[in-house]
Amino acid sequence: MSRTVLQVQGVTKRFGGLVAVRDMSFDVTEHQVMGIIGPNGSGKSTMINMISGLFAPSEGSIRLNGADLAGLPAHKTARLGVGRTFQLVRLLPELSVVENVVAGAVFGHRRTWGRTAELHARQLLDRVGLGGAIGLPVSSLTYIDTKRVELARALAGDPAVLLLDEWLAGLNPTELATGIDLVRSLRDEGRTIILVEHVMDAIRSLCDRCVVMSSGAKIAQGTPAEVLSDPGVIRAYLGEDEDA
Amino acid sequence: MSGQEFLKALPWVALLIAAVFVPFVAGPYWLSMATTMAMFVVLATSWALFSGPTHYISLATAAFFGVGTFVTGLGFQTLPFWMLPLIAAGLGGILAALVGMVTLRLSGVYFVIFTLGLAELVRQVVTWVQNQTGQRGMYVLTSITERDIYWMLLGLAALVYLAGWLIGRSKLGFALRIIGNDETVARHVGIDTALAKVALFTIPGMAAAAVGAMLAPRYIYIEPSTAFAPLLSFQVVIMALLGGTGRLWGPLAGVIPFTLLWEFITRQAPNQTLLLLGVVFLLIVYVLPGGFVGLWARIRRRFHQGGGA
Amino acid sequence: MFILITGLLLGGTYALIALGLNLQYGVARIMNLANGELLVAGGFAAFWAYTAAQVSPVAALVLVAPIAFVLNWLIYRIMLQPLVSRAKSRGALEVDSILATFGMSFALVGIMTALFGGGYFNYAYLAQPVDIFGSSYGQNRLVAFVLAAIIGLGLWLWLSYTRAGLRLRALAVNPSSARLVGIDTRAASALAFGLGGAVTAVGGALISMFFTLDASVGILFTMKALIIVIMGGVGDIRGTIVAAMILGICETAVARLIDPGLTLAAAYVLFLGVLLFRPQGLFGKKPT
Repeated sequence: MSRTVLQVQGVTKRFGGLVAVRDMSFDVTEHQVMGIIGPNGSGKSTMINMISGLFAPSEGSIRLNGADLAGLPAHKTARLGVGRTFQLVRLLPELSVVENVVAGAVFGHRRTWGRTAELHARQLLDRVGLGGAIGLPVSSLTYIDTKRVELARALAGDPAVLLLDEWLAGLNPTELATGIDLVRSLRDEGRTIILVEHVMDAIRSLCDRCVVMSSGAKIAQGTPAEVLSDPGVIRAYLGEDEDA
Repeated sequence: MSGQEFLKALPWVALLIAAVFVPFVAGPYWLSMATTMAMFVVLATSWALFSGPTHYISLATAAFFGVGTFVTGLGFQTLPFWMLPLIAAGLGGILAALVGMVTLRLSGVYFVIFTLGLAELVRQVVTWVQNQTGQRGMYVLTSITERDIYWMLLGLAALVYLAGWLIGRSKLGFALRIIGNDETVARHVGIDTALAKVALFTIPGMAAAAVGAMLAPRYIYIEPSTAFAPLLSFQVVIMALLGGTGRLWGPLAGVIPFTLLWEFITRQAPNQTLLLLGVVFLLIVYVLPGGFVGLWARIRRRFHQGGGA
Repeated sequence: MFILITGLLLGGTYALIALGLNLQYGVARIMNLANGELLVAGGFAAFWAYTAAQVSPVAALVLVAPIAFVLNWLIYRIMLQPLVSRAKSRGALEVDSILATFGMSFALVGIMTALFGGGYFNYAYLAQPVDIFGSSYGQNRLVAFVLAAIIGLGLWLWLSYTRAGLRLRALAVNPSSARLVGIDTRAASALAFGLGGAVTAVGGALISMFFTLDASVGILFTMKALIIVIMGGVGDIRGTIVAAMILGICETAVARLIDPGLTLAAAYVLFLGVLLFRPQGLFGKKPT
């Protein structure tokens, strides 16, 4: 039986009077890919942002290897081992590609500096398949390459849990296949990943387990095959039937 | 330091040594000019160390400077002179850290306003305290000559450059470049952004206060309205931006022409100095974004492209 | 009581000035640091109208407002819109607009000094005192307060109940959504900027009735207006008015009870408190 890395318990997030996330609980096991899925506006991104420390939960606890992350600022969660990518890619435009990745290796969970950090960054860029584009300025990278650089930056701190916020969104079919292979290879090397995703193919082929959210609450949990055949989940995606 | 870096640093060291000998060749007028330039080189370079990477515009220079002059004014009779800039630097650093802790987690506009008012706030309080105790200004009569001031400032400038060079190679410098690009990313890669900014902001605070302490003997008579004159803050901003903040040498490239121009205008049309200041501000925004450093980079890029094609 | 009423009277004019700045910052998203100079220019215009042409400052408003509107509208269109278009991020625009409006501020001070000289100017209009609750107050302060209240109310009604006002409010809340529902954000921003400038200039004309101005005093008013806007909350009319009153009373109290030289220090202490405890403004919701 594998160890639990991340434990989310009773997490609620209110913005003024609006409840964005309601009483969420789930566990993430080591070396697994956990998917968080659900229709638009169901609170997935808010959930991710609470884990990474962008928002503080109104209630509940988020434990990473025993340490409570709830309410910690992002730089502390990063040091405790949370790495992430952003829904809209955020690269550092005035830095080189390599420096963008080094940024992830210097201040975070595992830290290196100087030549070691640069070497590490180059290896990771190779690992995510950036290859020849390594010397280009950030502004002239293709879309998928910007996503690669961001992924390498998140990996550079060797995070205990990696949050991919719609990392596969917006890719064309060929790129998508490449992207799925890349994430799968990360899982195969034993990474623990939380995947917020819309792309069904990716969910089916990548996730070991899924949590389905609707209107801020968890409505189902299980393997992708189980949750995707759950009538409640289908209703949430397709809307209420007249006779429901 | 590698051999290549040593070669790169060589012209700058040579420039510094040349600057040391200025008082032996320059007459009183040009020595005074050189002292003014040295003062602005320290102020503008240390300003740019903070504002360049973070894009926060600080107008607190006058406040730190004024604190420094008062340290000398109050202490020169009882303490050895060499201690005064150190004490001033300490106080300036503490004041900067306090201001930074209050304002640096907020947006840039709040920071500008707060620092702009800081000099005025300190000035009003100091004036009030003086009124209460029946004092007016203070005479600072020392044996320190213009030459001594110039050399002290030169030494301070060398220190500031050294600090800038070291920061540029340090983790702090790298963290600040990341913050300047995207603060959200900076936090998510594990940078304590507030701490980094506050730490860096103490550098211009210390430098400006030390400059104030060193320059106090030049004024002979200090009173709050001259020691905390807000104009100084704006002059520093404009010189730093005219030169450009992207490189360590940028502010120097702004200080020299602007000081000469300022001197010329104050003599020819003393009422038009503010107009000049305004026009140069607008010039930087509309014609010369990035200052001379930005211009230099554009020229080099064009040259390289032309050469490559 | 005297402090309270004098403070409120002063706060009324402050509110008007801060409303002008708030319109510019809240809607057009330009922090206009030349705001105080436009105020002084408004004051100059009223001064000039009164001393040279014997026109009462109240009547001069009819002229000051449209001229200031056109001037500010042009400033936005010619000087600021290029900055908005070239800005890569909100931060870049912020730095550019701070520098550009500082530049304008200094240039305006330079021009006004050249035109009118560096001396103080004031004039005696309705300087007779009136009695309220046993203390006497300048009639001009009273008139200025009433006019500020009328103009402020008019502005509020216009923003609340007209289509154009609705457009500006939509833009203030969310620029990208405003664009989606077909609002011409450039035109609306320019309108807000012009209007804000007009309101500020009118405030300047009112203040010149009881306050001695000079060409370089503008920056002081810019700071006060900014403190009020930040204290009241960006885009919050009610907050602005309350904050202006608080500042007016606080300044008057400090000037009377401690030392007139400490008014700005008092404003700063207020500002510091707001930054420390309520950076989102008096009535702003705290993001949890």
